[in-house]
Amino acid sequence: MHEWALAESILVSAQQIAEQEHLVSVSEVTIRVGELQQVEPPILRFALKQMRQGLLLGAKFRILKAKTTLKCRVCGATWLYSAKKLDKATAEAIHFVPEVAHSYIKCPKCGSPDFEIVNGRGVWLEDIKGVKRSD
Amino acid sequence: MIDPRASIFGERLAKTGRVVAVSSGKGGVGKSMVATALALGLARQGFRVGLFDVDFTGPSTHIILGVSQDVQPKEDRGLVPAKVEGLCYMSLVYFIGNRPAPLRGVDVSNALIELLAVTQWGKLDFLIVDMPPGIGDAVLDLVRLVKKIEFLIITTPSLLAFEVVKKQAALLEELGMPIIGVVENMKQDNNSRVIEEQTKQLGLRYLSAVAFDPNIEKAIGDPAKLLDTALGEPIANLAKVLLGNKM
Repeated sequence: MHEWALAESILVSAQQIAEQEHLVSVSEVTIRVGELQQVEPPILRFALKQMRQGLLLGAKFRILKAKTTLKCRVCGATWLYSAKKLDKATAEAIHFVPEVAHSYIKCPKCGSPDFEIVNGRGVWLEDIKGVKRSD
Repeated sequence: MIDPRASIFGERLAKTGRVVAVSSGKGGVGKSMVATALALGLARQGFRVGLFDVDFTGPSTHIILGVSQDVQPKEDRGLVPAKVEGLCYMSLVYFIGNRPAPLRGVDVSNALIELLAVTQWGKLDFLIVDMPPGIGDAVLDLVRLVKKIEFLIITTPSLLAFEVVKKQAALLEELGMPIIGVVENMKQDNNSRVIEEQTKQLGLRYLSAVAFDPNIEKAIGDPAKLLDTALGEPIANLAKVLLGNKM
């Protein structure tokens, strides 16, 4: 499962941040997942819980979704991405590497594949809450 | 907002011995051919070898290897590269097939970071990276993200190609990146020492010359024949250099 690899990177990154912030334990990690990558929150949460360790052992994982906005670099049109119009194989390819969207999706106004992924691309670590060392 | 993906690269490449970026200043110098032949040559000697095609907008190693469209990486806590001719093989073509990938710099960086974060290479002696030509995003990203990367530079006898090699070498030296040496590919005049001398003037090792071989086109898609072309002997020498001179 691709979500497991992403979960692993979230845990390593969150542990590093917690150490930099001198936290003794992490209570909550907020993660934002962009619609473009179609990460499955239940699988991601399960993977996070299975692999958590160190400062993250007692952490809750809050997973928020973000809409994906695409903007055409040629005509300036802005639109929201929707996986519903894509066949399964295409949606899966974009799931693995969101940038391959440029090989499948075109601007609805002018037909150009030259668009910007403005937001909602992949997985982001948004916030970490925890208990700070008292000294 | 923090992108967590880069934090896992060390882990993903922890069991990889050496990461060799096969690069060039200009396109069309036979970089992908050398990268593929080098990977095959090392694998035939019994080493565990990965081949990673990072030339996202112009991939060609899959054509050289004759990878069929039904070959796909396996999903297992990430992506496990498919085994092709004994190589752990990863390329963007798994996800785009024959479609063009019109990617700008930021997209190239993101796709590279994604594949580095999710590819489970496992234990490798060598990871050979087929780079895009030039000194753009992929080079800068790999230098930034893969600490143990070393560069092998491919040129043709053309001074135009070598002129860009000079810039590439200067940049890599400035960034403190190890350069294994230079391979002169498609050499037609066996008596010419121009590239060899200029390489030495740069303070780099001139590793080998690969003679121009019109039969090499016939080996495309038939990897068993690739090492029987003019690439065979220079590649064997390159493997010796890699094995003898750990940088």
